[in-house]
Amino acid sequence: MVQLTLPKNSRMTTGKTWPKPEGATNLRKVQIYRWNPDDGKNPSLDTYFVDMDTCGPMILDALIKIKNEIDPTLTFRRSCREGICGSCAMNIDGINTLACIYGLDEVKGDIKIYPLPHMPVVKDLIPDLTHFYAQHASIMPWLETKTNRPAKEWKQSIEDRKKLDGLYECVMCASCSTSCPSYWWNGDRYLGPAALLHAYRWIIDSRDEATGERLDELEDPFKLYRCHTIMNCAKTCPKGLNPAEAIANIKQMMVERTV
Amino acid sequence: MAYLTDRKRAEGLGSAKEGTHHHWLMMVSSASLAVLTPFFLFTFAPMLGKPHADVVAYFGQPFPAIITALMIAATFMHFKNGVQALIEDYVHGVARKIAIIGTICLSYVAAATGLFAIARMAL
Repeated sequence: MVQLTLPKNSRMTTGKTWPKPEGATNLRKVQIYRWNPDDGKNPSLDTYFVDMDTCGPMILDALIKIKNEIDPTLTFRRSCREGICGSCAMNIDGINTLACIYGLDEVKGDIKIYPLPHMPVVKDLIPDLTHFYAQHASIMPWLETKTNRPAKEWKQSIEDRKKLDGLYECVMCASCSTSCPSYWWNGDRYLGPAALLHAYRWIIDSRDEATGERLDELEDPFKLYRCHTIMNCAKTCPKGLNPAEAIANIKQMMVERTV
Repeated sequence: MAYLTDRKRAEGLGSAKEGTHHHWLMMVSSASLAVLTPFFLFTFAPMLGKPHADVVAYFGQPFPAIITALMIAATFMHFKNGVQALIEDYVHGVARKIAIIGTICLSYVAAATGLFAIARMAL
């Protein structure tokens, strides 16, 4: 059955409140989910105060400032700091997004930061995305061809290339899949919006010759049809993509080859 | 504990190669209910509060009887498939199968009861 309450060892407790930086006048309260697999304690919500006068404009800037100046044990992923690598996806002020492109000024009041929801936590703000990546690999995210390799290149018209816009930009940050209730309840079998968006990206690629096989693999009550067009994926995507539309298009193709 | 690779877990038992038929039936029953529901409401509403004999005579006529019968059939087909999707969402394991069987039985019994009542009045 679906779990309506958190397991005992996942219930939040009040964490440590770190001292305010001395001499700072423009402070912002930041509350961050903390969990350490090594201490055997329940997760907690630690409170930090960040001096906004010496902090960059983004949530990631505040996290890095906290790690550098207040608490070096705070753990989170980050890399490109410009919305391309997808590493710093987390739940900020109730929204799954990328910390590097989400402004501190976009949050009213105190800033609350949690890891991406409904995923196993490795430590603090780092979710375990192993299954998410394996699901992505299962949709064969590469060009499949049967015709002999052309002498120069697989050609694609400008119109056909345009069909990939709004799909290829996905950075696999997992914000969409972890915002999807269907993925929460059946993530073991449902592929989720990110993997399905990638699946559609290859299905409609004019150069790909495995369209039928790709649709065959997706035709499943759980892999595909757990999507009920809730649209959380499109609402939360930090890149402004629309996985729900891609999934609807896959379903339409399924019907087209049946009826 | 099982030493399964990540890919093995993600692949699971593979594709069931079905689901589109269920999806298509849901779309068909949704569209048919969008048309039938207003017809049914306008057919059913005039009989509210009327004496039993009048209601029986009314549903003995072809148009109200056919609209009501179609409404019952479409509603319970939609109910059966919709509740099955709901159960698949929230219930896992053996309970899922039992709940789906229960829903199918309930849907057919309810539809049969409704259609029998209409047939009895109409024939």
